[in-house]
Amino acid sequence: MAPDFHPFLPFAVAALLALATRGWLRSAILLAAPAVGLWHLTGVEVGTATALELMNLELVPYRVDRLSLMFGYLFHIGAFMTVLFSLHLRDTLQHVAGIVYAGSAVGAVFAGDLVTLFVFWEILGLSSAFLVWAARDERSAAAGIRYLVYQVASGVLLMAGLIWHGAATGSLAFVELGLGTPATLLILIAFGIKAGFPLVHNWITDAYPASTPTGTVFLCAFTTKVAVYALARGFPGVEALIYIGAFMACYPIFFAVIENDLRRVLGYSMINQLGFMVCGIGIGTSLALNGAVAHAFNDVFFKGLLFMSMGAVLYVTGRTKASDLGGLYRTMPITATLCVIGAITISAFPLFSAFVSKSMVMTALLEEGRWVVWLAMLFASAGVLEHAGIKIPYFAFFAHDAGLPAKEPPVNMLLAMTLAAVVCVGIGVFPTLLYGILPYDAVYSPYDLTHVLTQLQLLAFAILGVVFLHMTGRYPAEIPAVNLDVEWLWRKALPWTAAQICAALAVLAAALKGGLAALRREAIAHSDQRGLSSALARSWPTGSMVLWVGVFLALMLIAGLLTSVNA
Amino acid sequence: MSNDNSGWADRPESRRLIRRVLYAACILLVIADFLVHRHISTDIERVPAFYALYGFAALVGVVMAAKGLRLLVKRDEGYYER
Repeated sequence: MAPDFHPFLPFAVAALLALATRGWLRSAILLAAPAVGLWHLTGVEVGTATALELMNLELVPYRVDRLSLMFGYLFHIGAFMTVLFSLHLRDTLQHVAGIVYAGSAVGAVFAGDLVTLFVFWEILGLSSAFLVWAARDERSAAAGIRYLVYQVASGVLLMAGLIWHGAATGSLAFVELGLGTPATLLILIAFGIKAGFPLVHNWITDAYPASTPTGTVFLCAFTTKVAVYALARGFPGVEALIYIGAFMACYPIFFAVIENDLRRVLGYSMINQLGFMVCGIGIGTSLALNGAVAHAFNDVFFKGLLFMSMGAVLYVTGRTKASDLGGLYRTMPITATLCVIGAITISAFPLFSAFVSKSMVMTALLEEGRWVVWLAMLFASAGVLEHAGIKIPYFAFFAHDAGLPAKEPPVNMLLAMTLAAVVCVGIGVFPTLLYGILPYDAVYSPYDLTHVLTQLQLLAFAILGVVFLHMTGRYPAEIPAVNLDVEWLWRKALPWTAAQICAALAVLAAALKGGLAALRREAIAHSDQRGLSSALARSWPTGSMVLWVGVFLALMLIAGLLTSVNA
Repeated sequence: MSNDNSGWADRPESRRLIRRVLYAACILLVIADFLVHRHISTDIERVPAFYALYGFAALVGVVMAAKGLRLLVKRDEGYYER
């Protein structure tokens, strides 16, 4: 058996070595870290846990159970894929930040206590901010700061929640927490920020499109999936998550339809897919939880594949806006084909991976009799087909030919995309590959006649809907524009309000200053008019002084004479 | 729009072919709905070809609603930079 070590270790070592190496040696080290880690994971025993006492805290920095093991496999394969996609770079910042980021995701899912989770939670947030900044332009600098504010807010809430929870219960173990106390509510909100909950979702649509072609692929694979893991661990069966998930699945699809930046479309699409996962966690049955984590697993590859194909387009043409692109299928046929595979997968066509995971959540909703939410999710499924299944490949690779000079991206990018496509189709055709590592005990078979028929009906007629809208000229054109979302509140309304308050204060200060100055002027003017010309302040001629002294002496003389006569 | 140099996907005849395949698939799927006994979990699924109708309506609904949303939220590029 392999020697047992903390799964973060290979990533940490690779990050240090990557700082000191260049070229093919660094490439080999970066690829070796997830490969060695995965080989190590295949040998670890479920139930392994390492306890550690540090400053009177009972910590479990390393715990292996079926849930953490499944996410462990996922993050190692995902890290291999994203590292492969970024190998052509000569950018130490992205390589080091990327491998630390992937490693911290691995560390977070093997954390057995909340303190260890918090530590990796923070490394996750900080290292990924550098992936946003790696674009090294004004947009990414600003978006990276905004991104970091969300990540830090999540971290602060997690720390406050875990201290409160630890003080109240005497346990810092990361087990099912439930929604019973204010402390666990804080922890839920901390997880929710990283999972893209409504109102706090815009960091995804803001930062992901601002990062580099490769940085976005790293970003989309880890943060939100760690959050899904954390929710599945801490809050399974919390009913509010069903409705939050349904809202997350439906809300972004309207924005995705009208968004022009295709990587931002994928950001909205990501929130939509997270909605299915959060909803599944909220249902909380074994089938639903399996569906949620299985969908998280598949999402890394199909969403990763879509982000990679848009990254390749951006890398080659320098553009990702639908209004600038089109016709690339002739110059980038391999990328186009791989993108279409990703698009078919996310639309959940039978024989592709999303079908075998999403249908578990949908079936669980029906089994629990939640047919209103089920209808909402079915609605969201049709929306996915529009923005991710058709819009992404259509506007990038087909539509009107924008005449951009283009060629296929570097071979490492194509290999990474191929790996993702193989996972998408492989799990779709052989779902037992994935079902075998799912953490909960539930029997489910995706390929029965009802599931396949109803899904094909839904998708075929949704495509028919797109064709209908196109043929009748009702399909909305792609327009270069910014669409306002909740973020408007803190990007525009808050600064505007602050500016108004500052302006009001400035007016007040000016008024006070003016008032004081007027008082001062008044005092001077007052003294000029009266004070300086009044009797005591007037200047007197010396002669009159002598006269009055003479008068005074004369009076003294007369008075002296009178008194002496009397005496 | 298209000329002799254009790729296969730009030719009107290939686009027409793709549409015809789609129409045929849609027709077959509706016919299948009457031949196959679907498992029914909720009453709404009893509507004939429910999934087909719902898929079409949902998609058209999403797109039309999004066009309405655009009237409300669309701003010039660089809006936040000003």
